[in-house]
Amino acid sequence: MSIDRRNFFRVLGVTGMSFALGKQSIANPEKKEDIEFSGILYDSTRCEGCQSCEWACAEANGLPEPEDYPEVGVIRTTNEQRRTVINAYDTSKGEVYVKRQCMHCNQPACTAACLTRAMEKHHEGPVTWDGDKCMGCRYCMVSCPFDMPKFEYHSSNPEIVKCTMCFERLKEGGVPACVENCPAEAMMFGKRRDLIAEARRRIQENPDRYVDHIYGEYEAGGTSFLYLSPVPFEELGFKTNIRSKSYPELSKGFLYSVPTIFVLWPMMLLGIQDATKNKNSKTEDHESE
Amino acid sequence: MSRNESIALENKQDKESIFKFLIRELKPKGKLFTPFNLISLPIMILGLILIIIRFWKGIGAITNLTQDVPWGLWIGFDVVTGVAFAGGAYVITFMVYILNMKKYHSIVRVTVLNGFLAYVFYAGALLLDLGRPWNVINPIIGNGFGTSSVLFLVAWHFLLYMIAQLIEFSPAIAEWLGARRAHKILSGMTLAAVIFGITLSTLHQSGLGALYLMAKEKIHPLWYSEFIPILFFVSSIFAGLSMVIFEGSISSKVFSDQISEKNHKAHNSILHGLSKVCTGAMFAYLFLIIVVFVHGQNWVYLNSSMGYWYLTEVIGFVVIPMILFYYSYRRNNILMTKIASILTMLGIIINRLNVTVIGFKWDAASHYYPSWMEIAVTLAVIFTEIWIFRWIIKRMPVLKDSPAWAKQST
Repeated sequence: MSIDRRNFFRVLGVTGMSFALGKQSIANPEKKEDIEFSGILYDSTRCEGCQSCEWACAEANGLPEPEDYPEVGVIRTTNEQRRTVINAYDTSKGEVYVKRQCMHCNQPACTAACLTRAMEKHHEGPVTWDGDKCMGCRYCMVSCPFDMPKFEYHSSNPEIVKCTMCFERLKEGGVPACVENCPAEAMMFGKRRDLIAEARRRIQENPDRYVDHIYGEYEAGGTSFLYLSPVPFEELGFKTNIRSKSYPELSKGFLYSVPTIFVLWPMMLLGIQDATKNKNSKTEDHESE
Repeated sequence: MSRNESIALENKQDKESIFKFLIRELKPKGKLFTPFNLISLPIMILGLILIIIRFWKGIGAITNLTQDVPWGLWIGFDVVTGVAFAGGAYVITFMVYILNMKKYHSIVRVTVLNGFLAYVFYAGALLLDLGRPWNVINPIIGNGFGTSSVLFLVAWHFLLYMIAQLIEFSPAIAEWLGARRAHKILSGMTLAAVIFGITLSTLHQSGLGALYLMAKEKIHPLWYSEFIPILFFVSSIFAGLSMVIFEGSISSKVFSDQISEKNHKAHNSILHGLSKVCTGAMFAYLFLIIVVFVHGQNWVYLNSSMGYWYLTEVIGFVVIPMILFYYSYRRNNILMTKIASILTMLGIIINRLNVTVIGFKWDAASHYYPSWMEIAVTLAVIFTEIWIFRWIIKRMPVLKDSPAWAKQST
């Protein structure tokens, strides 16, 4: 087999196209870094564990009302029935309450994992789920470093459930229900950059009150939900092994190699096939001579 | 009667005979009450009942899956392990059609058939695990192209590879139906399908490993590394070949009436050759594991129960079968080859489950164990596959020789 000019151009075209397409499709999610997301700053030194946010969340999303309450030693987790919980921790600075919900990462693992784009990171900041697209594979749950997407295992029409940062309310110019209903003003809604500045200001003005760490500033490549704490975050049950780079980056190398292999493999295989074919026919010729 | 009418009548008779032919072929051949049937039938019926319950009451009704462990036996064993075992198809077609190793030609069809059925049934098992299976076509029709997802790649590759394998196998169907023209066309597409299939296999065998790359902190460090995709790909070579050896040993006994005298004799020589390939692939794999282990500075984890389990996997199910394969090749000992293939397959099951289930959330307070119902459904899927496999073997020229007309045309 020899490559004539027409074939050469054909191969060239296919190669170029797959490189172009490959690049375009993979580079897309990165751009979101430049967009200024909204977010929530949660100050656990102000939180009094009153569960107003849990009640407001249940009401806003039509979920059952909370029946238990935060207790030291008991870890309550979010599930398909509740999208946010308050836990109490006994720390070196006394009892501290912490709210838990989806972190709304800047570059979420769940959206990178989703093969139908049912999980979507919006310009406004929230990560939401679309039931018309989702096939229920639960790869988002496998990928999420915070284990936040929850699945309705006991339904024949199951949904992925997690905090949506009240995306519907945001679109109408409102703020999330939990932020609006917090009597202690432990939460603040705003642009992520302003929230980080505000968090820095609070740490600077009260260095004894806060630990010098804004959880979510760099965790998992940055999240829309930001935390302030009086004690190191491991005392509040936060995962400390979360990487500071984004999670989708972990599979980027593999995805980048795909178009390359797709172009090189067939050509290499054809080459080998051709080489072995020739060798065989030559030896046959020798035998027949 | 005009000429046109007579042609039409002829066509009609032809169609009728094809219909009758299909009806005749659909009927079961052989005894119904064999030990295998008596064991497999009740399990298949039980599996069907469980599947109905699953679609009625939800996945949680029959599985032990939790919010923390969303992928269990059905993904870890049925899909991830099953696809590794189906890797034999791309390795054998590579050896026969690309490297022109004619010796292995007699096992191409049965291997490709095995691979094809494995993909059909494991993709089928995947549907059981999907919460919203009616949306499964979304990534195909474009209701969301999640191109940044490894699973998107794997899903497309499953679909395309099934088509490629069907084309590779289709000459056998054409021979069965006596369709000579179709046979010629389909045979001509084999090489293209093989090249496409090998490329797809390279990417999705490694892609199954790449699925877990984002679960960095959730998988035990002895099994997590950025090299999972390469390890999955290399191990799929000897996983698939071990399956070929294992399946071939059983088929040559069960379907001995189908296999010609010549191929029967050639079979031992094929196993002998495969044991050499397995030795090489396992050596490469072992080398990679050691590199990953040293590179990750993983010795700190060795002195723990997970560490001992890791050593069991590597020494008991990689090093030992590799040595067995080597000696079976040197001494031409077929029994040893078969033992090595079984050990290798156990090792692959252990390895894939270690990544997907056992090592996944190994440090969590509560662990996932598959329910008996998950295991029953898995067995039902495997048995159904074997039933279909047997049905095809007894009808199409897979193990038996092709009809004379087909041989002439190629």
